[in-house]
This record gives sequence, C-alpha cells and structure tokens, in this order.
Amino acid sequence: MAESLAPSVDRPSTRRPAGRAAAGQGGLAGWLLLLPAAVLLAAFTHYPAVATFLHSLYSTPRGSRPAHFVGLDNYQAMIQDPVFWQSLWNNAVYALGTIPAAIALALVMALWVNGRIRGRGLLRLAYFTPTVLPMIAVANIWLFFYTPDYGLIDQVGHLFGAGAHNWLGSRSTALACLMVVTVWKEAGFFMIFYLAALQQIAPVLGEAAAIEGAGRWYFFRRVTFPLLMPTTLFVLVNAVINAFRVVDHVVVMTRGGPDNATELLLFYIYEVAFKFWDTAYGATLTMVLLAILAAVALGQFLYFDKRVHYR
Amino acid sequence: MQAIRLEEVSKQWGEARAVDRVTFEAEPGSLVVLLGPSGCGKSTTLRLIAGLEQVDTGRVLIDGRDVTALPPSQRRLAMVFQSYALFPHLSVAENILFGLTARRVARTERARRLARAAELLGLGGLLERKPGQLSGGQQQRVALGRAIVAEQPLCLMDEPLSNLDAQLRQEMRHEIRALQQSLGMTLLYVTHDQAEAMSMADRVILMNQGRIEQDAAPAELYDRPASLFAARFIGTPPMNLLPLADGPGGAVVRGTAGPPLFAGGGEGLALGLRPETVTLAGAAEEGLATEVLAAEYLGADSIVALRAGEARLSVRLAGRIRPQPGEPLRVTWPGAAAHLFDLSTGRRLDEAAGIRLGAVRRRLA
Repeated sequence: MAESLAPSVDRPSTRRPAGRAAAGQGGLAGWLLLLPAAVLLAAFTHYPAVATFLHSLYSTPRGSRPAHFVGLDNYQAMIQDPVFWQSLWNNAVYALGTIPAAIALALVMALWVNGRIRGRGLLRLAYFTPTVLPMIAVANIWLFFYTPDYGLIDQVGHLFGAGAHNWLGSRSTALACLMVVTVWKEAGFFMIFYLAALQQIAPVLGEAAAIEGAGRWYFFRRVTFPLLMPTTLFVLVNAVINAFRVVDHVVVMTRGGPDNATELLLFYIYEVAFKFWDTAYGATLTMVLLAILAAVALGQFLYFDKRVHYR
Repeated sequence: MQAIRLEEVSKQWGEARAVDRVTFEAEPGSLVVLLGPSGCGKSTTLRLIAGLEQVDTGRVLIDGRDVTALPPSQRRLAMVFQSYALFPHLSVAENILFGLTARRVARTERARRLARAAELLGLGGLLERKPGQLSGGQQQRVALGRAIVAEQPLCLMDEPLSNLDAQLRQEMRHEIRALQQSLGMTLLYVTHDQAEAMSMADRVILMNQGRIEQDAAPAELYDRPASLFAARFIGTPPMNLLPLADGPGGAVVRGTAGPPLFAGGGEGLALGLRPETVTLAGAAEEGLATEVLAAEYLGADSIVALRAGEARLSVRLAGRIRPQPGEPLRVTWPGAAAHLFDLSTGRRLDEAAGIRLGAVRRRLA
C-alpha cells in the first residue's frame, strides 16, 4: 500500500537497487501522508471501541471504590436483565417493521416522481422535506398528531365517531407510533438514492423492453429492480444502522415508556450510562450493539455481493 | 401489400418540424435505408414507426394494418438500437430471450430459437456472459440476436454500426445484409453513412430537414440526384456543382468566358459533374479552362482540386498524374454525365426541360 502511494517515477520492470532506495523513502512519505487520517481514526474510532470493551470487563468506579477487574460479570448481569431483553426485542420489532416499509415506500415514491408527471419538482421536494427536518422537530410535530383527544389523529377520528385514544401512552400502540414516525422520516431520504439510481438507467432499456412486449411489472421485476440492487443494498445497510442508532424520537416522545414498551437498545444504553451512571454496564451493552451492527453489515455484504450487479 | 406504409406522417417538437409529411412504402423482404445528416428526422421517423413516439398527423401501416394508435409491443416488429440497449445484468442468453420470456413463448420453442440465433451469429460460446464482458462487435451481435429470435416480419435498425470500428463496420454491413436476405425480413435501416446506405440498400430514402429529398434505388440516387442536396450528399468526393451565368453564345460557367455549354441563359442554374466523369481534354478538343489548386494522390487515382471561374471542382483522374498547383488544365466530360439544377428551387432540371447538355460537347468538338 505504501509503495503504491509512493511518487516513484521508476517502472517496476526497470527498478534498480537505487530505485528501491528511492521507493523506501517514498514509502515513508506515504505513511506520513496517511498519518493525520490514521491518528483521527485511531483516536476517535478504534481507541474508544477497544476502551469500551475493556470498560465492560471492569466494575463501575464509584466514589471511593475505583474500578476493578470483574471478568464477564457484567455480561452475566446483562443476560439476567429483563429490560435488556425487552429493549433488544423492541429494537428487533422496530427494525423489521420500519426497514422494509421505508424501503418499499421510498421505491414506490421514486418510481412515481421519476415518471413524467406535472409538478414533479415540487413533489420531490415534498417527499424530501422530512429528511431535512431534524428528528427532534419531527418528533415534536408527531407528538401533536398523537396527542389524545385534541391531536390531529384523534380529531380526524372524531369525525368518524372514534373515541379518544392515548396513542403514545398505551403499551399496545406506543412502539407502532414511533415506527410510523421513522418510516415517514426515512422514506424520503431513501427515495433520493432510488431516484438518482433510476435516472442512471438508460431510457433506451425501457424502449427496448416495450418493443419486446414486456409489461410494466415484468420490466420492473426483470430490469429496474435488479439494476437498483446496489442502491437497495446501500439503503438497507443505512436503514439497519439507523434503526439502532437514531433514538431522538424516543427521547422526545416516550422516554422508553410506557412500561419499557418503546425502550430501544441505544436509548437503554443512554439511560444506563448517563442517567444511572453505571458506565461499566453501559459499556457492556454498547459491545452488544457494536456486535449486532457489525454482524448485520457483514452479513448483508457477504450475502448480497453475489446477487448484486454493480455497473 | 406493403410491409410498411407511411402516409403524410408529421411530428413536431415545439416549433421545430422533425418529420414533415413523410410518405413512403417498403416492399416485403426489402432493405430500405433512411439516410440523411444528423437532425434530418430519420431517427424520429423510425421511432414513429416503432411507436416509441406518437405521430402528430398521418398514418403508419405495417402489413396493411393501421398501427398508428397501437403500443410498440403490438406493432409486430423488432428493433436494434444504436447503443444496443442490452440489459447489463442479464446474460447473453437472457438478453436474447428477454422478449420471448415476456411474451410467454414455450420453453422448447425458446431454446430452438436461441440455438438458431446463436448459430447464425456465432454467439455459441458467449451465451452465459454478461454484456459488459463482450466486445462492441459481440454486443452488436447480441442485439441482432434479440431482433432475430422475435421472428417478426419487420425489423428496424437505428444506426446499428456507428459504434463499431471501420473494419468491423464493413464486415457487419455484409453480414446484416446476408442475414436480412436469408431470413426474408423487411429491414428499415437508419444511417448517416452514405457508403453504408449505397452498399446495403434496395432502396434509399434520403431525408433533409424532416422531408424526403429523394426515394430511389442506390444507382438512381447516384446517377440522377433529384436535388442539389442529394447531389452534395452522395459520393466521395460529392458531385461538383458549378454555378452558371449567361454568356454571349449560351450558358457558361460563372466567371469564365466559355466555352458555352448550351444555348440559352445559365443564370440561376448550376451544372453538376461527378468527379470521375471529368477527363482531361485532348489538344484538338475544346474544354473548360481550369487552374490546379491541389492534387491528392490516392494510388489508383488522384483527386485534383481545380478552379474554373468562380467555381471549384474536384476531379478524379486515373494514373499517376501529379499536376502542380497553378498549372492550367483543360477538362471535358461526356454530355450524358452532366446534371443541371435550378439554384432557386434546388431541384433537378431534366432533359424534359428542353436542355440537352449532351449536345454541348458534340457541338464543341
């Protein structure tokens, strides 16, 4: 790697010992060029990751008692922690519920605004707006929608004779409400990627297919969707990461309640580490989150790489 | 019954008339070339026939059936695109069979047609490859294969060879022609390359600014260009066009004192001469006095650029003639080789107009 970066004018086939020495110097220059990025990466990504792992093997320092090595005790405690399992389960439901819905919605919207329709510039803007808004703002808007009795949803419900419902305050609906907000926010963002990918597909392919007698659905299934696979993979990875990473709306709307019904893993980590100040247990939970994300991303790339046609 | 018939077909893009009342027919089993410079409306005409664009006015008939309002899939035709339009993620076999799968043709029938197309086009070893792994020429063959397996009576091709190198283009020209004849299909072929048109076509439809300039067999197009545009477009180098003027004894080449070419006025007319019909005049013959501007030696012959009065002309002289610039040369030509055009209308003036250029030289001699 260092050699390939080296600004050497010698071609490999004509490289003489003198050239080798020059390449050695160039190698040093290459490493020096890499240094700033490497330092930043190590200091803010690799060191924290390793440190978190180490913290998870120690007890939480409290007042006069410094941290001491406890081995896997924290992990043991975690396995017996019902709230951990609840948050993990919630997160799984949340991911499975939001990701396919957001991606499907994004694709449908992209296909629609990619067509020849009037005012499609405005339409694209409208779909993209949720993405531009900060999640905190989005959550506050939806907080009003969900407000019992005089929120938008209940007001519309009244028109049809439905009674008041405490959407965010009920165990059965709270998580679903958060999922709707997420789909609403994510779909517009993913749509932009799909739209960009759709515009990369040559219109002549559609013309050729039309002459060959392919219907719309057949063309989508055989051509458009396969050609969008790289985008789908990219969007999918992003969606999974976001499903575990973005909890702003939980903070604003439910704070994990009622009765841990909307407790997502990251929000639980935040509570444990910064509200209960149990930093060692927070580190332990963080390791689980890291492991899940790494496994999912790796699995996606390994699985899809063979099935995706990259241009 | 004609394989294709266009009746007064027009297409407007905003202010511009891309296709302007185009009418023509193609016999079943013939190869008809739509020829013209870029922007002349030939590709748009093809797309109108394919149904990829809607006609503004006029009718399109395929096999006697009015298809003007039908979608492309129901017009019973195949098409080869300039960019080939192969599906990059599908294998060669899948690309070729795309339409048959879409139309739910039975599996055994698909296999039969694929095998035949692969054999015809020499694609046997490539069926599992992706288009990205093929050369330009091979991709072209896949596109042809897709058109062949459709087994439609009419095939449209939009500049199919323009992305290939010169040598491959030559080969494919012969191959497409042979394929068309052996399959007996009607082929409508769009190109801007006159050599392609002249060598392949049964009939050439020359287009200019959305209109048909001339619709004729290649030989007629060359021998009797119907307009100044046709005269300038066909031939390498193209036909020389010398503006004429009134002279004391008849029409003369503008800017020269003679000899008179025919009795009557020459103002507003142009004399057309193919470069290869012009020869050096013998000592006893009367000829047109010219001055050599440049000479280009090509081996078998030379292209010599001459100036005669206000006009410039290129002549093709056989043998190792290497005249020097500035040298005077007297040239002549057989009367039957001369063409006469009206500069104001751009149209050809025939013998029917009462002008016989053939008489000129006889009188001069």
